[in-house]
This record gives sequence, C-alpha cells and structure tokens, in this order.
Amino acid sequence: MAARALGWLTVLALIAGLGAAFGWAPREAVQGNVQRIMYLHVPAVLTAYLAFALVFVGSVGYLLTRRAGWDRLALAAAEPGVLFTGITIASGSIWGKPTWGTWWTWDARLTSTAVLFLVYVGYLLLRGMVDEPDRRARAAAVVGILGAANIPIVHFSVKWWRALHQPSTILGPEPSPIAAPIAAALLINWIAFTLLFAYLLAKRMEIAQLEDTHAG
Amino acid sequence: MSVYVRRAWMVVWKDVLAERRSKESLNALVFFSLLLLFVFQFALGPERARVEAALPGLLWLGFILSGLLAFGRAFLIERENDCWEGLVLTPGDKSAIYLGKLAGNVLVMIVVEVVLLVLFAVFFAIDFTPFLLGLAAVLALGTLGLASVGTLFGAVTAQMRARELLFPVLLLPAVVPVLLASVSATQTVLAGEPLAEAAAWLKLLAAADLVYLVVGVLTFEFVLEG
Repeated sequence: MAARALGWLTVLALIAGLGAAFGWAPREAVQGNVQRIMYLHVPAVLTAYLAFALVFVGSVGYLLTRRAGWDRLALAAAEPGVLFTGITIASGSIWGKPTWGTWWTWDARLTSTAVLFLVYVGYLLLRGMVDEPDRRARAAAVVGILGAANIPIVHFSVKWWRALHQPSTILGPEPSPIAAPIAAALLINWIAFTLLFAYLLAKRMEIAQLEDTHAG
Repeated sequence: MSVYVRRAWMVVWKDVLAERRSKESLNALVFFSLLLLFVFQFALGPERARVEAALPGLLWLGFILSGLLAFGRAFLIERENDCWEGLVLTPGDKSAIYLGKLAGNVLVMIVVEVVLLVLFAVFFAIDFTPFLLGLAAVLALGTLGLASVGTLFGAVTAQMRARELLFPVLLLPAVVPVLLASVSATQTVLAGEPLAEAAAWLKLLAAADLVYLVVGVLTFEFVLEG
C-alpha cells in the first residue's frame, strides 16, 4: 500500500517537475531551450550518487549481519544507479552537442562518470555470474565496497588529469549563482527523481524478496 | 616474528616454491612481455618519436596486461587438490593470506616490470639509467595499487563462471586512478624533471594504495569462504 502511494506521489512530482522545467523556469539567456536538459541531467546524477551510497550501505550491512535484506538493498540500489548514470551520460551527451559542439569529450567529469558507470555495470555482471545467494551477496559486497571507496579517488585522479566541464554549481562551496526560478525548478525535479528512485528501490526489493522465497 | 607476519610469509614461500618447481606462470609471463613489445612496435610503426611520446602509456599498458594474467592466476592454483579448503581452515586472521598473496603478486610484477624495462631499453634503445630512482618510486606505488585490487578481485572471481572475462571487466575500471596517476608520474620522471614535480600524483597513488589495502584486509575473510 505504501509503495502504491509512493508511486502516485512520484507521478505527481514528475508532472510538477515537467511543468516547472518547461513552463515555469525561464528560457536561459545564452543557451536557450537546450539548457532545460539540466533539469534531467543534474537530478539524474545526484540520484545516481545516492544510489551508489546505498549500495555501499547495503554491502557493509550484509557483511556485518549476513541478513539477505541488506543484499537486496544493494542490488535494488545498484540497478537504478546504473540506469541514472546512463541517463546522466546520455543527456549530457545530447546537451554537449549544441553547447560544446561535440557528443563526447574526455573532460574530467564526463570521464569519471563514465568510469563510475563501468564499475557498477561490472558489479551487476558479477551478480549475474553466481547462483548461490550467500556467495553472490558476499562477492558483490566486496566489489560494492571497493567501488564506493574508489569514487573519490577516481574523481580526483580524473580531475587533475584534465578539465573543461563548468565547475559544479550546486554542490560547490560557494552560494549558488543560479537564478531563483531555475533553482526551484531544479529542486522540484531533484525531489521527483529521488521519489522515483525510492519507488524503484522499494519495488525492486520486493521483487528480490519474492525471488528469494521462491528460489529457496 | 609475529604469528601474523609468519602466516603471510608462509603463503608467499609456498607460492614461490610451487612456482620454482612447476615454472608455470613466470616463463609464460616473460614470454608474453616479449610478445607485447612486438605488438607495440607493429602498432606504432618504425618512427622513434612516436615510441618516445607514447612510452609512459606503453609501459603501463604492458604492466597492466601482464598483471591481468598474473593476478588472475594467483588464486586459481588454490582450486586444485582442495587447496582452497586448506586456506579456509587456516586458523587466525585470514587477511594474512591476502597480504601473502599480494606480496606474491607484487614479486611477480616486479620481475615482469624489470623484464619489460630491459626489453624496452634494448629494442627501442632507451636509456633508463638516469631515471631509475624516480621510476622505482612510481613503479613501487603503482604496482602496489594494481596488485592490491588485483589480488582481491582475483580471489572474488576465482570460483566464478566466465571469470577470465569478469576479472578484467571488474579490475580495469577500478584501477583507472592508479593507471592515470602512474602514467602521469612516469611521464614526469622520464622527461627528466625532479620527482617533486610528480608529488601530487605520488600522494594520490599512496592514498589509493592505502584505501585499497584497507578494503582488501577488511573484506578478504568474506571472499575466502568461497
């Protein structure tokens, strides 16, 4: 019942997000309508980071307690995490073509996001290779923990390696220089994406639980 | 000598002994390095400037490709004759086994790296002697990073389906920071600049090594259960 309510709340938030992104938020002065991709791009990447943090939590939780629920959390977070990372890369690519003039460039944040994508695709591949639940959960947890511990290292190594992307405006240390309606539209979309993620997470955990009971 | 260190040492000693008698891995790995040299030469063509420009990347490409083969093998030999059960039944802290296997992998990598450097020096007429000290520092930190993740993931994938495919797919993205930092630091060293110029990269490598080692030591016992 709770999941259903969450689902409808997500739908409402997503509609509100669409309205805010296309109706309410003003047209950006320099980039024009293309800039509206941001309302997809930024919430997607923030949600992806949240998802990978939960993979870490689930992995540590499983190794400490050996309860299958923690492993289901890790799995249920990893799949949408990869999806949202994919959306980030794809939307960034579509945004990059008109603004930077290229689909892809080996800029720092593009590269580190792509590396992140590959790490967690590997994580999901690994999960597919083991049938026995405890063995799969342990192996995945080790990879999930190392993957999360690696995120800051990947971030700094790639950042020092090169940079073209604009500096992060939202999570940076200084107050955000974004206009208020744009920031508000971004916030609404961020909330909508987080709700969507929570819904997917809950549903995926439910399915994983059903799989576990029927397999065992 | 504490029991912990002794345990790790036993693992190294047993692997070195097994390798000395069977000569399974090292001979093939050295030969593989020689083959890589040919591949690099064919890929780049005879122009010397291109080889020199690509040298730091080529060196680490050689190391990581050899490493992929070497690390994958470290735990495969334990699958024969129920050796894996023997490791599981070893009393005490299992992370000693991880450190022992890691030390073994680092030893193998040092041999491969020395061989590759000599081969590069001979076949591409490159004089490494003025850079040896700086190069040794970068190689030590970079190799530890590659081997610490490689040993852990090698153990994780040892008992799995399609492990020879899964192992590189897991390892390569995870060691991207090590490769970036090592290649950049090697570039600085081979350009004849003082090692202090690469200090930021060396610090990053040291931090990465530490993180990987801590994760490896803490999680290894869960991997070993098989």
